[in-house]
Amino acid sequence: MKPTDTKNPEYFHKVVDCQYACPSHTPIPQYLRLIAQGRYSESYMVNWDSNVFPGILGRTCDRPCEPACRRGRVEEKPVAICRLKRVAADHKEDVKRMMPQGPFPPNGKKIALIGGGPSSLTVARDLAPIGYEIHLFDDQSKGGGFMRSQIPSFRLPDEVLDEEVGYILDLGIHTHFNHYVSSMKEMLEKDYDAIYVGTGAPRGRDLPDLPGRWDAKENIHVGINWLASVAFEHTKSIGKRVLVLGGGNTAMDCCRTARRLGGTDVKVVVRSPKSEMKASEWEIEDALHEDIPIFDNHVPKSFVVKDGKLQGMMFEKVKAVYDDTGKRKLIPTGEPDVFFEADDAIVAIGQENSFPWIERDLGIEFNEWGMPILDAKTFASTHPKVFFGGDASLGPKNIITSVAQGHQVAISIHLLCEGLNIKQDRPSPFVNLHSMKMGIHEWSYDSQVVNDKRYIVPQADKSETLNNIKKEVELGFDELEAFKEAERCLNCDMQTVFEENLCIECDACVDVCPTDCITFTFNEEDEGEMRAKLTMPALNTDQSLYVSDKVKTGRIMVKDENVCLHCGLCAERCPTSAWDMKQFYYNVTKAHNMGEDGLPPTVIY
Amino acid sequence: MTFYKPSFRHPELPKNKLGYTSAEYEGVISTLCAGCGHDSISTAIVQACFELDIEPHKVAKLSGIGCSSKTPAYFLSNSHGFNSVHGRMPAVATGANLANKELLYIGVSGDGDSASIGMGQFVHVIRKNLNMVYICMNNGVYGLTKGQDSATADVGSISKAGSVNPYPPIDLASLAIELGASFVAQSFSGDKDQLIPLLKAAINHPGFAFLNVVSPCVTFNNNPGSTKSYQFAREHAACTGRADYVPVMDPITKSYGEGEVTTIELHDGSALQFHKLDNEWNPEDRLSAISALKRAEEKQEVLTGLLYINRNPKELHNILNTSDTPLNRLNEATLCPGNDILQDINEGFR
Repeated sequence: MKPTDTKNPEYFHKVVDCQYACPSHTPIPQYLRLIAQGRYSESYMVNWDSNVFPGILGRTCDRPCEPACRRGRVEEKPVAICRLKRVAADHKEDVKRMMPQGPFPPNGKKIALIGGGPSSLTVARDLAPIGYEIHLFDDQSKGGGFMRSQIPSFRLPDEVLDEEVGYILDLGIHTHFNHYVSSMKEMLEKDYDAIYVGTGAPRGRDLPDLPGRWDAKENIHVGINWLASVAFEHTKSIGKRVLVLGGGNTAMDCCRTARRLGGTDVKVVVRSPKSEMKASEWEIEDALHEDIPIFDNHVPKSFVVKDGKLQGMMFEKVKAVYDDTGKRKLIPTGEPDVFFEADDAIVAIGQENSFPWIERDLGIEFNEWGMPILDAKTFASTHPKVFFGGDASLGPKNIITSVAQGHQVAISIHLLCEGLNIKQDRPSPFVNLHSMKMGIHEWSYDSQVVNDKRYIVPQADKSETLNNIKKEVELGFDELEAFKEAERCLNCDMQTVFEENLCIECDACVDVCPTDCITFTFNEEDEGEMRAKLTMPALNTDQSLYVSDKVKTGRIMVKDENVCLHCGLCAERCPTSAWDMKQFYYNVTKAHNMGEDGLPPTVIY
Repeated sequence: MTFYKPSFRHPELPKNKLGYTSAEYEGVISTLCAGCGHDSISTAIVQACFELDIEPHKVAKLSGIGCSSKTPAYFLSNSHGFNSVHGRMPAVATGANLANKELLYIGVSGDGDSASIGMGQFVHVIRKNLNMVYICMNNGVYGLTKGQDSATADVGSISKAGSVNPYPPIDLASLAIELGASFVAQSFSGDKDQLIPLLKAAINHPGFAFLNVVSPCVTFNNNPGSTKSYQFAREHAACTGRADYVPVMDPITKSYGEGEVTTIELHDGSALQFHKLDNEWNPEDRLSAISALKRAEEKQEVLTGLLYINRNPKELHNILNTSDTPLNRLNEATLCPGNDILQDINEGFR
């Protein structure tokens, strides 16, 4: 094997599993340490720079970071990264003074953002500080897009949303709310230097052909429309018996909202087995906690309507069968059909993109599924001035993905307006690697790994939350719990860096390593053979091997990154400092950090 | 100083026949200098005991005074231990062994503890062939007292301060063979592939097993000119042969290159397999072992590997013809069988 090229920032980046898994690559260990130090405002700013909505995401993120967390590989459960983010938002002081301060000298360029959701707001935030005149259009009365209309306020209070949307709009964004853009042609005729489409996936899937669907329209709702109607207080009640169809997060929000609007007997019915439900594990738990049973393997057959009034629904019982390729088929079990009584039914089985307002003769090409044809990196459409991002680009995903795409779109727009190549001139990430050595056996980070189980976020009492739709269910960690939970972080950004020229092969690192990560051995051509012959075979092939050049005896050092605790003992027990613990800082460069005129990158140690 | 080691271990750590992982054989975190050879030997002991499925509570670890003698704290935390007086480990080991012959006795000593203050005890415990493993962690220097030459430092070896040692060394391995030790081996702390099989063989040897292990002192004796440094040991190690310990019934898996493979079957059916590198040497012949050591010395080499083995030694309990039941389990009725028996015995002397 060849020695690992640690100069390539992606090598160490991959070791920081959580940050690598985060679509916008938030420096997670960095902000967790700041929380543990009680520096909430700084922690908030590290987040704000990367993911723009720390308070919102700290309550609603899909948390791709947590399944990746190394703690989950050495102990049972990952660090509660998401809810710690909320702690930074809850306990921060005035952070506005740490944000770019307008008014910003104009650069003469004008941008239109269509849609006021997370991706548009991200583009706005990244471009406003460098002088862009930004016009944001949305048909709702306030910014936030689907974060406002789809996420119930018992999960995400309005104040949090208003505050974080406000930080961006206060950068001098020209907002055009209650303004539905009905023609792209008209927009293109105006003098915008670039137009960004961040209109999300606004159409909820329905069951138009299911018998009875149109016989009781009043009592059959489409999930996302119904949630929006509740959010804007057009809908204030629902029947006592409610059926929610679907197994995603929208279904979970629907059933829990129904519980608060008068539903006393709310059931979730899903086609697939429970194990394959799309909803996040914790959202399912919260629904179950609110006495909402989930019936899986039930396929809807018909709405049962009598005298124009919904009576309930018939379901066929199925089981999942998998063929050799792992493809799932739902096969009827042959049991008698099941009838559930209901006063209302909510269909929450997915959402789709829809671009009826984009004329098809403008040079913006769409594929066979009606999605815009885009460049995967730049998010440029086939029209040179039009970009897509968020759920409107590659289909419905989540907020954090939208934010990540927003950053990239902002870079594309900036490059375009600067007359640069939007593909080739994209900036490299900002990286730094510096030693944490403070004394002979002292590091300037808390290297002692604690054994501690994941803390549970306390919740308000059910009797209170179910009677008040505005009452936030999760109370958030208090400072002490937050400290303890943050201390569970293994500091994976503290890299073990090996310098073969200094090594005297005393084996001290090998002997002390608690998780047997380090092996000195002779090189192999094949990575598989190398993985197999290590002291502890490196069977997790998603994780890299760190391979050194030859040491004096001709052997090489091989470290399996998989379960390294970043405890620093290898460096501590190394008599020659061949090992060192170095903090690796990786931050995606934002549009406003580019070039010589850009703002300095956010670096808070 | 490092004082904390996380308790997380690799989640796929293998288990031995007792259901233990190697973690159950570990000790507390070492307080020795970073890079000390002794720590590697501790790890080798942990690994050997783990691989041999030894029950930790059936081991007694004993030591005297010195850096080496601190190490019993750093391995086998679940075993019995006795940290005795300087150079007096053999006496304590003898007493313990006579009282309870069912334990495995691992004695750890250093070059100061064995070759200077404890020399009198060292030679006698060999003579008596006490059933134990005696490990000398040999670094040629008094580390605890800031780096004076010890009795095993080679003549001409240069200290960290630059002085040249004028005295010839005591060669502990030759001495042990000379005095009739039934198992003698030498190794190097930085070569666990060699050290662990030797330890396993020594543990299974039913008599006195002596292991002299070159174990560099990084702080006081790892300088150029030292003959006990990592670099010197690596460059001057000459091996009698790579040995592999083969437990009973296990199929032989290790493949050797060209050359002669010798198998020494041990008392309990296990075996030591050798790829012999030195053809003039016969591990069961004391004379050839001593001449191999002398030849290596002339070439300024450190001869490592198994040096000498007597497969059927007569250990102290056999010599003294002690009872089959360990002495500490004999009850009062057995020990004081009464006046009638006493009279019978007295009658026998008349």
